[in-house]
Amino acid sequence: MYLDADSKKCTGCRVCLTVCSLYHFKEVNPKKAALAVDAKFPKPGHYEVRVCNQCGTCASVCPVEAISKKDGVYIIDSDKCTGCGECVKACPLQVMFLHEDSPVPIKCDLCKECIPVCGTKVLSIKE
Amino acid sequence: MFGYGGKILRVNLSTGRISSEPLPEKLAREYLGGRGFAARILYDEIKPGIDPLGPENKMLIASGPLSGLFLPAGGKITFAAKSPATNSYGDSNMGGHLAAEIKYAGYDIIIIEGISSKPVYIYINNDKVEIRDAAKYWGQGAITTEDMLKNDLGRDFEIAVIGPAGENKIKFACISHDFGRQAGRTGVGAVMGSKNLKAVAVRGTKSLKVADPDKLLDLGRKAFADCFKHSGWKHWVAQGTAGVTVWSNQQGSFPTRNFQSGYLNGFEKISGDVLVKETLVNHKACFGCPSACGKYAKTAKNNKDYYVEGPEYETAALIGGDCAIGDMANLTYANYLCDELGIDTISGGSVVAFAMECYEKGIITKKDTGGMDWKFGSIDAFEKIINMIARREGIGNLLAEGVKVASEKLGKGSEKFAMQVKGLEISGYESRKAPAMMLAYMTCDIGAHHNRAWAITHDIQVGRDIIEGKAKKVVELQHIRPIFDMVGCCRLQWVELELKLDYYPQLLKAATGMDFTFDGLMKASERVWNLTRLFLIREHSKTFGRHFDYPPARWYEEAVANGPTQGSVITKEKVEKLLDEYYKERGWDKDGRPTPEKLKELGL
Repeated sequence: MYLDADSKKCTGCRVCLTVCSLYHFKEVNPKKAALAVDAKFPKPGHYEVRVCNQCGTCASVCPVEAISKKDGVYIIDSDKCTGCGECVKACPLQVMFLHEDSPVPIKCDLCKECIPVCGTKVLSIKE
Repeated sequence: MFGYGGKILRVNLSTGRISSEPLPEKLAREYLGGRGFAARILYDEIKPGIDPLGPENKMLIASGPLSGLFLPAGGKITFAAKSPATNSYGDSNMGGHLAAEIKYAGYDIIIIEGISSKPVYIYINNDKVEIRDAAKYWGQGAITTEDMLKNDLGRDFEIAVIGPAGENKIKFACISHDFGRQAGRTGVGAVMGSKNLKAVAVRGTKSLKVADPDKLLDLGRKAFADCFKHSGWKHWVAQGTAGVTVWSNQQGSFPTRNFQSGYLNGFEKISGDVLVKETLVNHKACFGCPSACGKYAKTAKNNKDYYVEGPEYETAALIGGDCAIGDMANLTYANYLCDELGIDTISGGSVVAFAMECYEKGIITKKDTGGMDWKFGSIDAFEKIINMIARREGIGNLLAEGVKVASEKLGKGSEKFAMQVKGLEISGYESRKAPAMMLAYMTCDIGAHHNRAWAITHDIQVGRDIIEGKAKKVVELQHIRPIFDMVGCCRLQWVELELKLDYYPQLLKAATGMDFTFDGLMKASERVWNLTRLFLIREHSKTFGRHFDYPPARWYEEAVANGPTQGSVITKEKVEKLLDEYYKERGWDKDGRPTPEKLKELGL
């Protein structure tokens, strides 16, 4: 199970990012979200949404085995994580994020908060 | 302070001094943010009588307490200064992502003072603030410059920029952002240009802490859901404001041929349907917006592709209708020209329409036009005129001052069809059969702009010939709508999707922890309205009177030429009656001055 994004429908409002940060960190900050929206303007004029597809590359490269699969979702154990950033570098979709406030990378835990607040239905769950 | 960025950033371009100060809690409580902050600070910090394009003017960029948060459409920012168009308080509201980014960088307000000796831009990366050389960007178009700066600094910078029109201090130059959002009105772009300031680029990575995160999450989820389930949502996202074009023509309120008419023959060719079918590239939203009204478009001209956001309704009205550029490809191209030059499409359209009518009447001749036909409907004429204006070439230098000043110089009766109030060109509603809308234009504090009180729907609802009672509605709207400009949200979710106003005090409570009732917000809004009125009176102390609130003579002397409102006119007697009612409703005297009792009541 993973989060899927249909970028063609994205209007670039970034509400997905704000709800992600508010839900996980109790504060609002799109740069502390587990997905990203890239604006491709002035040409060709669309957005690209990057989301985690739970491929597990992060777990395979983690030197301290801090990332493991639970109920189909790769989760970071913040007690084990040393914040070395190897997973961020290895992530093929660039959807693991470092932020100065957070000792561990920010990664999608499939909470699904972003799905209903997107009116154009960019985001959905794929099995 | 919860909800707020917490600091005021002050940049003096004359001295190079950069400083920050904490946001005063009293200011937040009494004036909320955005337009409220701007009105109070400009009133306090600007001396009366200063040159709007001189070093003593200040430009403010102000977000609101709800900007950048998880709630519908918290993406609004206010640019404000003493306006070179009206010589009074001027502001312009813009969407996009700048308001949010400024707060993530830790600021609520940026105050820009002085004048740089050479072209510069302001670089803000959280606490790192620098005044940087802008020689390589000077002279470039607004769209081009934003792209260049993003290439140079990083695509995650949010940028406000002026085009050549701002550099040349065109009185209706806009400030552009996010490849299609503009602070269009009151010449804020000219103020920026006068300071030799090409751009402000901002990146912020800090978090906004709120008083009650769980409550904000809960309210935000509900408010978004309410927007999505409204029956108008689908249509609104499909066409944005371009959907209004058909309706406005049906109402006979579509400015056409410099407001000679309220109906454009063949308006169907510039409808929202045509935009979607022929030019739409992508739906484009401002920050946190559930109902993306931005229609990013592409058109071809002389085998070249042009990308531009729009044309939205106001552009369709003032260029499509008022200049009679009645097909979508040319209208989109005209929109691109204005956006790249950095010209407000509303005033820009109105000024070109005025020039076309002057040409029609022989007031502007082929001597001025270089032999060209400046006929209504000619895209070639539009392109020529708008470029002459932006570069102040020939008669473009006079037109660059706006229709009020231009008509005073040109004379020959052109004052009567210079479609402005207080020096600001009228936006997209022909109002000779809409007294409330006309009154809204007459009394809007920044000059003839629609956003303070979009009252035409009230005219249609209660009767378009009725005068009595219209003032009450206009005043009510002039208090409700600016609340959105103060809190830093878009009003369209309330206007178009009927999002309940009750949400806003609750959202403010969750964000800031401060208790507000909706009546309290209305009071704050009234306080700001009276303060901007005091600004106007202070600036024009020798000449002030009710004539500041008169519409152009065309609206009370000349009937609408054709269409559904053909033959309509609101006589001068009715204009006076509207004003009498309005002043009474506001607690102002017969000349339109706030009474001492009213000021005391508002704590001013």
